[in-house]
Amino acid sequence: MNRSLLYTGTSVALAAGAFLMLNGLPGCKPNTTKSVVTGDAASKVYVKPGTHDEFYNFVSGGFSGQLAVYGLPSGRLFREIPVFSVDPESGYGYSEETKGMLMTSYGFIPWDDSHHPELSQTSGVPDGKWCFINGNNTPRIALVDLGTFRTKSIIEIPNSAGNHSSPFTTGNSEYVVAGTRFSVPMGDDASRDVSIKTYKENFKGNVSFIHPDPETGKMSIAFQIATPGVNFDLSHAGKGPSEGWFFFSCYNTEQAYSLLEVNASQRDKDFIMAVNWKLAEQLAKEGKGKRVPGKHYSNWWNEETHSAETTVYEDVLQLDPKDHPGLLYFMPCPKSPHGCDVDPTGKYIVGSGKLAALIPVFSFEKIQKAIAANDVEGDFAGIPVLKYESVLHGEVKKPGLGPLHTEFDANGNAYTSFFVSSEIVKWNVEKLEVVDRVPTYYSIGHLMVPGGDSKQPWGKYVVAYNKITKDRYLPTGPELTQSAQLYSIEGDKMELLLDFPTTGEPHYAQAIPADLVKPREVKFFKIEENHHPFVAKGEKETKVERRGKEVHVWMTTIRSHFAPDNIEGVKLGDEVYFHVTNLEQDWDVPHGFAIKGAANAELLVMPGETQTLKWIPTRVGVWPMYCTDFCSALHQEMQGYVRVSPANSNVPLEAYTVSVDAEM
Amino acid sequence: MRPISRVMIAIAALALLVLLFVPIWRIDLTAPQYPEGLYMQIWADHFSGDVEKINGLNHYIGMAHIKDDMFAEFTYLPKVIMALSALGLFAALWRRRIFLVGGLVALSLFSLWALWRMWDWGYKYGHELDPRAAIKVEDMAYQPPLIGHKQLLNFDAWSTPDTGGWVLFAVIALLAGVYFLEVRDLRAKLKAKRALASAKP
Repeated sequence: MNRSLLYTGTSVALAAGAFLMLNGLPGCKPNTTKSVVTGDAASKVYVKPGTHDEFYNFVSGGFSGQLAVYGLPSGRLFREIPVFSVDPESGYGYSEETKGMLMTSYGFIPWDDSHHPELSQTSGVPDGKWCFINGNNTPRIALVDLGTFRTKSIIEIPNSAGNHSSPFTTGNSEYVVAGTRFSVPMGDDASRDVSIKTYKENFKGNVSFIHPDPETGKMSIAFQIATPGVNFDLSHAGKGPSEGWFFFSCYNTEQAYSLLEVNASQRDKDFIMAVNWKLAEQLAKEGKGKRVPGKHYSNWWNEETHSAETTVYEDVLQLDPKDHPGLLYFMPCPKSPHGCDVDPTGKYIVGSGKLAALIPVFSFEKIQKAIAANDVEGDFAGIPVLKYESVLHGEVKKPGLGPLHTEFDANGNAYTSFFVSSEIVKWNVEKLEVVDRVPTYYSIGHLMVPGGDSKQPWGKYVVAYNKITKDRYLPTGPELTQSAQLYSIEGDKMELLLDFPTTGEPHYAQAIPADLVKPREVKFFKIEENHHPFVAKGEKETKVERRGKEVHVWMTTIRSHFAPDNIEGVKLGDEVYFHVTNLEQDWDVPHGFAIKGAANAELLVMPGETQTLKWIPTRVGVWPMYCTDFCSALHQEMQGYVRVSPANSNVPLEAYTVSVDAEM
Repeated sequence: MRPISRVMIAIAALALLVLLFVPIWRIDLTAPQYPEGLYMQIWADHFSGDVEKINGLNHYIGMAHIKDDMFAEFTYLPKVIMALSALGLFAALWRRRIFLVGGLVALSLFSLWALWRMWDWGYKYGHELDPRAAIKVEDMAYQPPLIGHKQLLNFDAWSTPDTGGWVLFAVIALLAGVYFLEVRDLRAKLKAKRALASAKP
């Protein structure tokens, strides 16, 4: 018994000792993900206080629905432009004037998923006038004016579902396109109410060509081209020799409608669809299309009335490629292609098949020859499929895993992002040879070279927009920041310079030299050009007026007071409309307007502008209102009161401001 | 008078008319939050530039609201300039030195008077503050500089001649040159006269 106790005690002691020793031995963990930043990277991204970045970088907000503006090379965030999602801090989508911007045939839609910014172009080069961006969920395209950095117009895309392959532009922004990600049944209610299992018979895709008016920025759909039911992913316009053509990547040529991750990944090759848009334009002009059901809204911001204007269309002009041979061709492309990118010369089209282990490069010259020689391997739902080998310039062999997207520099190099192998690979377009590769942290999606999808890349940098950040930043709980990474491409080797966090999820982005944008800047709106129906162009024009249950307040702001700042005679059951005109006529002097209990948001009113907040008081009493934007040394004094009386009260409606003189 | 003097007087007289069409004086203001600066130009009959912005800022410290009708000078200044110009042309045509002297004296007096008016206005503008002003700094007055630089709270203020001011100075310099030329001629003449007189037995 004693002996057994001794044995037990000894064993326990030995086991504990062994455990402690083992615990003291460090595990052998490979250290593979430490990035190497060499040389004076810091000085290359340092923008001295008081100086400006060289480039504007417009980055999609992804599920934020907005468009973010950064500087390069600093990676500093300047603005988040409200586009598809409401923005309580500016009142966008809450003020009476801006609500119309988010109206669709489905009603008021306060959110979307924005993916791809695209700068307007002149002669194939970004011109700094506008930035387009797509809304993916409730299919829309927005045009952001780079004079005001505000959403100028939004058009809804009918007969579309998941507006992903959008809004890429032709060389003079004659059109921006919208290709539907989901194919869906179209037409009247009866033709749309079909079993999902009838995908092959009933589901159709289409690509829309939207024309922005070069003067006003108002958008309208010039025509849609009906396509077989597949998923469209990305697109780009031809340029130079391929001007007049548009290329769309498509996947799910299996026409799966369930478990796409497997069912849509069966074929070795999907397609890049080539569209002869010059022909389509001509057919549309000749009246060859037919108008099909497709109710959609086109909203436009009128800078003179400071209000949205909406045009509703009931139908849309559609071209059926079966009636017009020569309009569409499919080119086989391995495998589930995402990026569909045209090099600066316009001679080559690069497909990035996200499940492929190579990068196919198509030759526009060969495409034309194959079309002329009818060199086809068959058809897909009636559309001719050109022979892969006949249209191929060549393949980049073993470039990496999961190629997603390609942009270019001005020296004949392409830069392709690889999601799975988490890297950027630089390769020569003519020679199809890999010349350099750098890791990204982690799992890059799109990448961007300034001007890298245009005729004239400015080069200098490539930016990676990553899908995962893990340990790259200070942790912030389960939800981490999203991020971008800046690499120099000026030398032979790509060089990591900077990580910077981004808002929302950065999908695609574009960049343009700041000097092309800065001269367009609007500093304030001229009060004499304000034609808002409720403008007060001076304090003498301020007033209150009852229209039944509506109380309208013509109110002004100037440093640092509201006029009027006292309002009495509002009754329970009234709807009060504060029409706030900012009388300031200088740069950077917005005034905010907030009132207690407002169920919508605040207003942030730019100089010379009028915006309206609707307020429905819920209790009797005196309610405070104040300016929310620190406007001057007397900002905290910029306030007022609204007296709310019971519904049956006899308090007369009046508004006043009382100066010291009157009280003395 | 020498013919060249007459031509120069005529040029000076006509140049004076330029003052009717260009700004005469300017005031520039910069502050940390106004890196692009604010400016105000004074013409013969009105103000221009960022007058409204300056008014907007100055109301905090109770300075008067600058308006064109604050200045009676604006109503008669163009007439004074035209009269001075006419006087100059008269001198050029009449070849009497007395007109030259008169013109020069008048112009100098005019310039001094204009400067005094500016100083006086500036004094009142900077000192006669609204007692209800939101910001009161003890012993602080905001008189803008007559010429040159002055620090006014967070603002650096510069007061300098504008095109018209420089034209005015050039006109004065030109007339002064003519004056000295003519005085020298006159002296030489008198000397010669005296010499002639003393040479006579």
